Amino acid sequence: MMKAVNLFLAAIAVSVTALAGVSQAVADVERAAMVTTHCFACHSIDGTGNMPNLVGYPPDILVMQMRMFKDGSRPATIMNRIALGYTDEDFVQMGEYFGTIK
Amino acid sequence: MTHFTRRRFLKAAGIGGASAVVGFGAASSVAKASKNAHVIVIGGGSGGATAAKYLKRFSPDLNVTLIEPHATYHTCYGSNWVVGGHAQMDDIAQTYDALQSRHGVKVVQDTVTGIDPDARTVKTAGGETMKYDRLVVSPGIDFRYDNIEGITEADSESVPHAWKAGEQTMILRRQLEAMPDGGVFVMVVPGNPFRCPPGPYERAAMVAHYFQKEKPKSKIIILDNKENFSKQGLFMSGWKEHYGDMIEWVPSSRGGMVEEVDVANLTAISDAGFNEFKADVLNYVPAQQAGKVAQDAGLAVGHWCPVNQMTFESRVHRGIYVIGDASIAGAMPKSGHSANGQGKVAAAAVVRDLAGLEPKSAPTANTCYSLITPDHAISVAGIYVFEPGEREWEDGQMVLVPGSGGVSPADAPATTRQLESIYTKGWYDGITADIWG
Ligand SMILES: Cc1cc2nc3c(=O)[nH]c(=O)nc-3n(C[C@H](O)[C@H](O)[C@H](O)COP(=O)(O)OP(=O)(O)OC[C@H]3O[C@@H](n4cnc5c(N)ncnc54)[C@H](O)[C@@H]3O)c2cc1C
Repeated sequence: MMKAVNLFLAAIAVSVTALAGVSQAVADVERAAMVTTHCFACHSIDGTGNMPNLVGYPPDILVMQMRMFKDGSRPATIMNRIALGYTDEDFVQMGEYFGTIK
Repeated sequence: MTHFTRRRFLKAAGIGGASAVVGFGAASSVAKASKNAHVIVIGGGSGGATAAKYLKRFSPDLNVTLIEPHATYHTCYGSNWVVGGHAQMDDIAQTYDALQSRHGVKVVQDTVTGIDPDARTVKTAGGETMKYDRLVVSPGIDFRYDNIEGITEADSESVPHAWKAGEQTMILRRQLEAMPDGGVFVMVVPGNPFRCPPGPYERAAMVAHYFQKEKPKSKIIILDNKENFSKQGLFMSGWKEHYGDMIEWVPSSRGGMVEEVDVANLTAISDAGFNEFKADVLNYVPAQQAGKVAQDAGLAVGHWCPVNQMTFESRVHRGIYVIGDASIAGAMPKSGHSANGQGKVAAAAVVRDLAGLEPKSAPTANTCYSLITPDHAISVAGIYVFEPGEREWEDGQMVLVPGSGGVSPADAPATTRQLESIYTKGWYDGITADIWG
């Protein structure tokens, strides 16, 4: 398990670098924004509500948590059902994008 | 409004500050391409207010005008809790202050009376004509009475629909309060598609919760124009667990397909007069269609508006985007959460289009929580993604990502139901902050 995670984190590091290479000019309507802004419906980015605040969340941990929701190793009421709709690449983009929100 | 949950502690300083115009520091080329472009959004509900806010987020230099007749919007979500008596109208009231002061949206309190897709103008009841480069239309629903005898919209004072929140919600609440113990509450529910598929069944539970405390001899009858419904197993077992036999659900094949309403006698009639259901309080939820302004502009084909489901651009008129309940959105249900997601999809599509970029698709999500008691909630979720058809976007559809979403487990313990009830309130506070905050 640990090894798989490490490998995966290495893969993330690569993708994040790739993402950073995307022209800053259009970053706000690129896919990462289009995927991640949907999270804000429940995980409000201004501190409202009772769902975990993901602004400033470490990207690698966000990715790991989402993978654990998806494979069922982290119990949840609803995030397990939601995580099943996304790919690893989506998780990476979410982690990265939450990191850009100020 | 008051929040149902407490505000979280904010790690990052500055977030949630009242004055600054919040953006993500968008991008020079997008900003340049869309500088001075004018996007008008019709309707400040779940879809329209989201679109207006995210247009400014994605492209702060854009001029965005939101046109909405009401100064205060009451969310339909939470309105069943008001009907059941454990939330107040103030709790579900939203205003447009933050859209203007924090996000730089120009909010105009007016009603759009006409759209000219060729001249790219809208006309308002206040006598203004405004020119747009792109138009987002999110007018919600209007009601149909063409498939029913004996009742029209004019009767909704005595036989409320309470399917748009506001005065209608209060009428229904007052009728339930005035009803004697031992009375019968009859709800007539339309066939698919309609706004908020789990809504009628949550309403039945909330009314049952009120009756159980105040009027325990009363009955609830749901006359349904369908054979099965959203989260059915979870609703039916929840009703039974908390309310015994108080709620009776009548499907279309057993008399639920109401054909006529006798308004004077508060009676719903089905199967050519074979069945009559006499009510003390009658809640008639009519069949629905896209809001009138979309119909008048020719954006609807039949009752709803066909769109390119990747961008939500109208398939009838270029440059106009139709989102929310009014649109045909494939597998996405007509919900506030869907409308919120579609507002973001359309905002991104408009900004990309104005910048000369190809459209792009990304998954979007829906969650609907329903309360069975204030401490017992169930949910349904789904992740939706655009799947091109044989003719690319033209016959492409929003589909459920296979294996994603679904309903709360049938065998979950009471602690899970309670946790979901806490998240129900958190969902309300989160999504309303995302839309109007
Ligand atoms: C009882 C009930 C419970 C519900 N519970 C939930 C829930 O728990 N979760 C959930 O996700 N959804 C829920 N919904 C569904 C949700 O309320 C709707 O799906 C959602 O509001 C649709 O958004 P919209 O933008 O399409 O329309 P609306 O939110 O209705 O907004 C339309 C707006 O357009 C304005 N408008 C109309 N015509 C014009 C015009 N000509 N000019 C200017 N403005 C105009 C209207 O004034 C209105 O403000 C519920 C609905 C009901 C009835």
